[in-house]
Amino acid sequence: MIELRDVHKRFGENRVLQGVNLSIASGTSMVIIGGSGTGKSVLLKCILGLVRPDSGTITLDGQDVTTGDRDAFLARFGMLFQGGALFDSLRVWENVAFRLVRGPKALPKAQAREVAVEKLRRVGLKPETADLYPAELSGGMQKRVGLARAIAAEPEIIFFDEPTTGLDPIMAGVINDLIREIVVEMGATAMTITHDMSSVRAIADNVAMLHGGVIRWTGPVEEMDATPDAYVQQFIHGRADGPIESVR
Amino acid sequence: MISGTLGGIGRPVLQAIAAVGRVALFAASILGHLLRPPFYLRELGVSLLQIGWYSLPVVGLTAIFTGGALALQIYAGGSRFNAESVVPSIVAIGMTRELGPVLGGLMVAARVASSIAAEIGTMKVTEQIDALVTLSTNPLKYLAVPRVVAATLAMPVLVATGDAIGIMGGWLVGITRLDFNSAAYLKNTVDFLEAWDVGSGLVKGAVFGFIVALMGCYHGMNSARGAQGVGAATKSAVVSASVLILAANYVLTEVFFSS
Repeated sequence: MIELRDVHKRFGENRVLQGVNLSIASGTSMVIIGGSGTGKSVLLKCILGLVRPDSGTITLDGQDVTTGDRDAFLARFGMLFQGGALFDSLRVWENVAFRLVRGPKALPKAQAREVAVEKLRRVGLKPETADLYPAELSGGMQKRVGLARAIAAEPEIIFFDEPTTGLDPIMAGVINDLIREIVVEMGATAMTITHDMSSVRAIADNVAMLHGGVIRWTGPVEEMDATPDAYVQQFIHGRADGPIESVR
Repeated sequence: MISGTLGGIGRPVLQAIAAVGRVALFAASILGHLLRPPFYLRELGVSLLQIGWYSLPVVGLTAIFTGGALALQIYAGGSRFNAESVVPSIVAIGMTRELGPVLGGLMVAARVASSIAAEIGTMKVTEQIDALVTLSTNPLKYLAVPRVVAATLAMPVLVATGDAIGIMGGWLVGITRLDFNSAAYLKNTVDFLEAWDVGSGLVKGAVFGFIVALMGCYHGMNSARGAQGVGAATKSAVVSASVLILAANYVLTEVFFSS
């Protein structure tokens, strides 16, 4: 269980998070929706410790994420970054196996490569892809490699940051289906941030809407369409008119 | 009026002091990681190749032309005092003590500090540094430490190579343009050159190598977003590395030779 209580974060005068409260139960898939610049990525990075909140608490299974063994904490996570964030200087398989060949439980290189090729196959990439460099791949293939890297060490919790941004609708659908399949198959806790409603419907068990620095609405994905919340309705239907200013 | 003027002076001074403090903490952090595992030997090897081996052509070309020009200048100046015979020894001392390390350092600063800052800065803006953290890898240890160690080790070798090529440049000009006897030129070079002339230049080279990689890593890690941010980081890395090399050169020369 991931719990956020009254989390605040500001950058200079810009108050991005203004008291976020959110619970994500183990083994469920939570999707955070919200407009561009509303702090979705900041929220995710606060949980991972990439950004330090100004106040509030974030706990994982009851333990404050800022205390304890950081490596052990991070070993429980996998993350797919918005742009893939693949390491340009490493081959595809070395990217996927990055965590596997390092640390106290490092695998021999050959074995790590085998695992990487298997994970690449799991996300629909051929073994020949393993020896290419990220710059030789299309955007969709880079996302798949990023996904393979996120699941390589079989983490308990996986974060997806805008997994379908920049992809055509068919490739976006493929990535959404892959994410759903993998999360169910691994029994992992998933947290996805997106403003792509097709991703929300494909991936989510629960949805939370972040607006104005707070969680505006949260509930099961089945209840999202029926909620009377004007902010959620404007957002999911993509209307210009409503309480959310279209010029931000 | 007065407070405005004082504020205008004080703000940049405070900012400069804060920047020095940040760089010092960054350097201390790198030094702190030097002896603590994990050690990324593959990254060290790649950095040695990129910083050391691939800098040889630019350092060699700089040295050969500098050695040749130095021979011409010393000959022209020495002829005013009938002291043309000092050309071999002054070229050798000038190259090993000053021009080899300083010009080598500046050329490596231009080539290496810029590429380190651009590479790490791009990694930062494309979230690759964040990705390293989520993969339980300390970016400072993985990216900065191997580069700083490689530059500190490679630079003395580059300086020694540059010294030899620079002296050879002086010798070439000496025998082809200034009518020196080849054997006599080489004998003068060897006879008047002391071990500390070479040694002090190599020590300078190690310090300059540390400065180059430190500035590249520091500005890359602190790059602002976007292409403009990476461009600014690259420029700052080269400028700060160059100025620090010249300042460090003066300090080291005072320490080594003022007595």
